[in-house]
Amino acid sequence: MNAPAKGFNAPTRRDLLVVGTAVVGGALLVGCSLPDALSTGGGKHDFGAFGPFVKIGADGAVTVISKHIEFGQGVHAGLAAIVAEEMDADWSKVRVEQAPAITNVYANTLMKVQGTGGSSAIANSWDQLRKVGAASRAMFVEAAANRWKVPPGEVTVKDGVVAHASGKSATFADLLGEASKVAPPANPVLKDPKTFTLIGTDRVRRKDSQAKSDGTAIYTQDVHKPNMLTAMVAHSPLFGGKVKSFDAAAAKKVAGVVDVYQIPTGVAVVANSTYAARMGREALKVEWDDGKSEKRSTAAIMASYRDAVAGKGEPKWESFEAKGDAAAAPAGEVLAATYEFPYLAHATMEPMNCVAEVDGNKCHLTFGSQIPTMDQMNAAKVVLTLPGAVTIDTLFAGGSFGRRGNFQSDYVVECVEIAKKVGHGRAVKLVWTREDDFMGGKFRPMVLHDVKVVVGKDGYPAKWTHRIVTQSIMKGSPMATKGADPTAVEGAQGSVYLKATPVVDGQLCTVESPVTVLWWRSVGATHTAFVMEHTIDQLAKKAGKDAVEYRREMYRRAGPEGARHLAVLNLAVEKAGWGKPAAGFTQGVAVHESFGSVVAQVAEVRLENGEPRVGRVVTAVDCGTAISPDQIAAQVEGGTCYGLSAALFGKVELKDGAIQQTNFDTYRVLRHNEAPQVETYIRPSVKAPSGMGEPGTPVIGPAVANALLAMDGTVTSSLPFVKG
Amino acid sequence: MTIALDINGKILQTEAAPDTPLLWALRDDLGMTGTKYGCGIAQCGACTVQINGQATRSCQVPISSLEGAKITTIEGLGGMHALQQAWVKHDVPQCGYCQSGQIMSAAALLAEKPKPTDAEIDAAMSGNICRCGAYQRIHAAIKDAAGMAPAATVAAAAPAKV
Ligand code: FES
Ligand code: FES
Repeated sequence: MNAPAKGFNAPTRRDLLVVGTAVVGGALLVGCSLPDALSTGGGKHDFGAFGPFVKIGADGAVTVISKHIEFGQGVHAGLAAIVAEEMDADWSKVRVEQAPAITNVYANTLMKVQGTGGSSAIANSWDQLRKVGAASRAMFVEAAANRWKVPPGEVTVKDGVVAHASGKSATFADLLGEASKVAPPANPVLKDPKTFTLIGTDRVRRKDSQAKSDGTAIYTQDVHKPNMLTAMVAHSPLFGGKVKSFDAAAAKKVAGVVDVYQIPTGVAVVANSTYAARMGREALKVEWDDGKSEKRSTAAIMASYRDAVAGKGEPKWESFEAKGDAAAAPAGEVLAATYEFPYLAHATMEPMNCVAEVDGNKCHLTFGSQIPTMDQMNAAKVVLTLPGAVTIDTLFAGGSFGRRGNFQSDYVVECVEIAKKVGHGRAVKLVWTREDDFMGGKFRPMVLHDVKVVVGKDGYPAKWTHRIVTQSIMKGSPMATKGADPTAVEGAQGSVYLKATPVVDGQLCTVESPVTVLWWRSVGATHTAFVMEHTIDQLAKKAGKDAVEYRREMYRRAGPEGARHLAVLNLAVEKAGWGKPAAGFTQGVAVHESFGSVVAQVAEVRLENGEPRVGRVVTAVDCGTAISPDQIAAQVEGGTCYGLSAALFGKVELKDGAIQQTNFDTYRVLRHNEAPQVETYIRPSVKAPSGMGEPGTPVIGPAVANALLAMDGTVTSSLPFVKG
Repeated sequence: MTIALDINGKILQTEAAPDTPLLWALRDDLGMTGTKYGCGIAQCGACTVQINGQATRSCQVPISSLEGAKITTIEGLGGMHALQQAWVKHDVPQCGYCQSGQIMSAAALLAEKPKPTDAEIDAAMSGNICRCGAYQRIHAAIKDAAGMAPAATVAAAAPAKV
């Protein structure tokens, strides 16, 4: 089932060029009895002389194959730069192509499936792609040494040109034939990071800006295949509802409508165009069975969370942090705080969509697939084939923020169900309108935090009691683990502040609802960062200490693990000029570690028409080796806007189960005139890179709350800031 | 029934129903997919084109109303428009899905006001949502394309290594 490269010594090359060939294991595959089938479905793959991650054209141009989807986070450029650095390729000529879905070749070495998430794309590829680049370079070096009859150690490479002190030189193109026949070294020598000439420089810029500025970049929404049909689905207006009956007569009379089918998630209208599908759906009459649907309002759901904290209704608690004698009651004043967080929609700019072609057991998908392995598994169940036999062409996605990768592959399966009804391999594009996208759920869960901190005589926490009530993202999924769902508590669990506190008792209660929930850019940190950071400022205030000084002492108390926080905080504070905000603004600070990166922000805030408005935001980050400082800054800028949008305005509410926000007129998002000016400072590091797609998101909310606290003593106990 | 539309200086015929919004005629009938769907209710700006030079949400305009109108889409800017060059220089796009609409709004702004103030840029661009939050670079790129130095705070936003 493996995928050896063509030609001689393929096994060596494979072992070398493919780290993590171990066929997918790990929790994700519980429930799949045929792991082998995940790989290729029996197919063989010819990756060429340089393996599955690099192609070199006759002109010497290097194409790097990205196993990760590009949905804005700049990963294509980042991955390509890793290869180009070790290879000494000419960066200006490096191209990027999207990998096909082949799990055992393109698995995420951390997730063990092919997929992009957890801000892991660069981190999991670092060692793998450095070796790929170094091995490819070595092949050119040896080819040149053989041709020139000189020792390989005397051959240099720069910008795709191989040279020798004698004056001989040749391009990758010149040497391609011979290099392709060289056996790749078993242990290619990696560069000393001090000698990097590309990584860490502002030369590492995006490769897709032109296509994304002239309208030629292709997203799922833009796919047109011969004879393709477009589908829209009428979904239950309530979460958990099912079709009771439907009348398609009027829909079928709409010009351009081809057919109407019942599928497990609703009633699908297929038509010759998007507009016809939409008009057909509007003409459809569906009766829904609401027997099992959510009929409560979000206010009532939150009230049930408060009941759980109060011990009503036999809540079940699972510990996520326990230290010291929780029964002990150290003397001291108590700071009590509760925080309530609403459901949030991802609201990607491109609503969910997919193109499927099904012919019997054959299934081909064309879309922005975030976790191809999962999408293969879920699609395979519909067409009754092996997951590895489902082929996927992954396109750019117009954002995801977590939405496109989910355990059910919801919109993918829906599309495959329709394409199966249509059959004959005829392409079907499923289009979700903006309204479908909101009503499709997979929200950041609603969350309640209840925190009680006993303050010692010195003003610092002596005991920290923490209760969290929320829906679980992982429960019931193939990735579920025993004990408290880590995605519900991460950020409180493991918090540097809890390390600095002698007695800790943190517990989680998970509740259920037909409303579907999912990871949302920075996942648990979307609420835990807010709770920890806003609580710290309240504690500092109570102790009569400066918010920065108070944090510094907490980081010292946390021991070695506080050192990075301290350094990042100090950098942000220095660059921001702590204590010296622009006229009319108040500063707030927050620091949070997520996905291995530490981010500190100092935000300057003022009130405009009663709403917080954020001006300058100074950010310091420690994300290990910075591959593209410019794209790290872009992720901080964008992540800050994403987090600020949610903190200021984001909420999905239900009224008697009916969703109240179904488009951007009711789900307010941050706009151009409301965007902050973000500055990004990166701490130098020689450590392996950690993620930056998400860590820029969760810090701005508490920084704003802390500015409001400093401004007039306002404690923020629920988000969003802007009510109504 | 055929409707003739003047798009990017060419007369194109479409068979789409007369009440079809221009957005869907462009995308589904005329094969011009640079103009994007984001909300369908004039809230997001992803579908922005210019009609007789005015930035217009194409999701709101039935093609029956457009005979004789001059329509410009992202494809009509040609790829090397000053704004497009500035977009590339600043690496404005992230996911990129909103950017056709952003650029079409910005192009209409600069055609009317070659040296817009920050407030004028804010006003002209606040109808275009970018969920990736590329606003700061959009702002800087517009100023750059207009031949104006970005505001001091924007210049300071360049990533610094410490
Ligand atoms: S699609 Fe027209 S404004 Fe959003
Ligand atoms: S770049 Fe993604 S929505 Fe603007």
